[in-house]
Amino acid sequence: MRPGTFSKLAILGTLLLVLAVVPLVLPSPFHLRVATLVWINATAALGLALLIGLAGQVSLGHAGFMGIGAYATALGPKHLGLDPLSSMALGIFAAALLALLVGRPILRLKGHYLAVATLGLGILVHLVIVSEVPVTGGPDGIQLPHVELLGRRVTGPELWYWITGTGVVLAAWLALNLEDSSTGRALRALHDSEIAASVVGVDVARHKLVVFVIAAVYAALAGGLFALFNRFVTPDVAGFLRSIELVTMVVIGGMGSILGAVVGAALLTVLPQALTVFHEYEHAVLGLLIVLFMVFLRQGIVPGLAGRVVRRRSA
Amino acid sequence: MAEFVQLLFAGLTTGAVYALVALGFTLIFQASEVVNFAQGEFVMLGGMVTVFAYNAGVPLPLAALLAVVVAAATGTLLHSLAIAPAKGATVVTLIIVTIGASILIRGLAQIIFDKQFHALPAFSGDEPLRVFGAAILPQSLWVLGGSGTIVLGLWLFMERTLLGKAVRATAANRLAAELVGIDTRLVLTLAFAVSAAIGAVGGILVTPITLTSYAVGTLLALKGFAAAMLGGIGNPVGAVVGGLVLGLLEAFAAGWISSTYKDGVAFLVILLVLFALPQGLLGRAAVGRV
Repeated sequence: MRPGTFSKLAILGTLLLVLAVVPLVLPSPFHLRVATLVWINATAALGLALLIGLAGQVSLGHAGFMGIGAYATALGPKHLGLDPLSSMALGIFAAALLALLVGRPILRLKGHYLAVATLGLGILVHLVIVSEVPVTGGPDGIQLPHVELLGRRVTGPELWYWITGTGVVLAAWLALNLEDSSTGRALRALHDSEIAASVVGVDVARHKLVVFVIAAVYAALAGGLFALFNRFVTPDVAGFLRSIELVTMVVIGGMGSILGAVVGAALLTVLPQALTVFHEYEHAVLGLLIVLFMVFLRQGIVPGLAGRVVRRRSA
Repeated sequence: MAEFVQLLFAGLTTGAVYALVALGFTLIFQASEVVNFAQGEFVMLGGMVTVFAYNAGVPLPLAALLAVVVAAATGTLLHSLAIAPAKGATVVTLIIVTIGASILIRGLAQIIFDKQFHALPAFSGDEPLRVFGAAILPQSLWVLGGSGTIVLGLWLFMERTLLGKAVRATAANRLAAELVGIDTRLVLTLAFAVSAAIGAVGGILVTPITLTSYAVGTLLALKGFAAAMLGGIGNPVGAVVGGLVLGLLEAFAAGWISSTYKDGVAFLVILLVLFALPQGLLGRAAVGRV
């Protein structure tokens, strides 16, 4: 076992425990809404954690895929008369397709060139959403109908808490399985050295493409869930700042750590809510905290703290 | 013809500012391998400090000088308080550090200054010059001339002075530079200070045309980064070329295709260029050690 990693069961157990305890400790609708947003962001961050942490590929435009998921879910009912759930499925499919099509040329790029290419991709998606006002509603955003399942309305903060929470646990379970699979080993190998990986027979381009599509699917799912839960989406969901936020979640939680992605998502979702007590100092404090976390826990919160515990035990 | 010249000058003017931001990116990247996403905040500081000092009664040249000093000091602090302590962290971690720093600088600017848009008077009047039937603002010439002077000055500094050679030596191989007695920490601090000062000058020159506010840095950092990558990162000539090309792309896309999609056209071209030339227009093919 690598230092700073936990067994699959321990991670899923921790997640389930937190999932069960939060509504007991924080039962107010406001807290449950924030917690729901944490689960939604965590879903997107998990996909990105596979891309960045496992495969070592950066994406600065991942919110674009989130935007595709969210807007497909919103536009299906409005323009095509579809129900929101099948629209969401279409959106996830569309995001996967886009990732598949642009993935091959984009993923040939390395390091900062990959960063700028994904950045451009995200900006293009955002721009289309903002500019095609007759279709998307433009900067004003768009409203969604209620989701109905078996003739009943899916509504209420508690219900959405459980839906999105279960979603995260499933997403984490799949991510952990992927890490353990031959694909996961191939990705770790190409993360260390693409040349070495290809020499031992890893199809580098194909594996990078696979993890890129998976990350896009996770983000689109998160976007769709957000649209359904919030019943209102604006282009911000696909914006550059959103992409940066997602990367920050992954890095601050700990690259390559599944639990880290969830912790990072929780931190960056809860912090802005908590920092409103600082009023106008809110942004300055947020920036300061990000710098401090990265300087003092540069491996990220989860691996950093785990590393310290392990060191103390062995000392 | 008139329209072409008009768009050409508009593109070159914005392009010159992108080029200065990209040059700042390049300078810091060369010295430290850090991609500094706080680069746009230096441009913002240049404009905002000048505006507030000028409105407080300080003469414009002095206000501009003050702004450059404030930006350079901020750059130095950024290096010694955030980048140097995170030495040895991964590339992505360092990017997040600079993004955190840019949020911090923006947050502070919002408190110290305000959230309004601000203008500066044009340096030599608002009477447009007529060139081939196009109307050119004199301030555009200030932007172009100022940027050109900076590029030339930086080149002379790098090629002709001992300190400039120390910067290039540090960029080439930090350990070797230390072995021959170069104080690399000083060089790194200098790179951050100079790159901040360059960004600030860009902000001062362009504020009479585009206005400024505490939030202008984000978009400029993004465009400057794109320009640096388009040219090929780590190459100063590439940064200037990338900046100008990006500015021209936006101007002609806005004029001839669609003003809503001008950023889209620019990024689409960047994507296509990178697909064809994965190292940017002027970047060297990476020769990696295995």
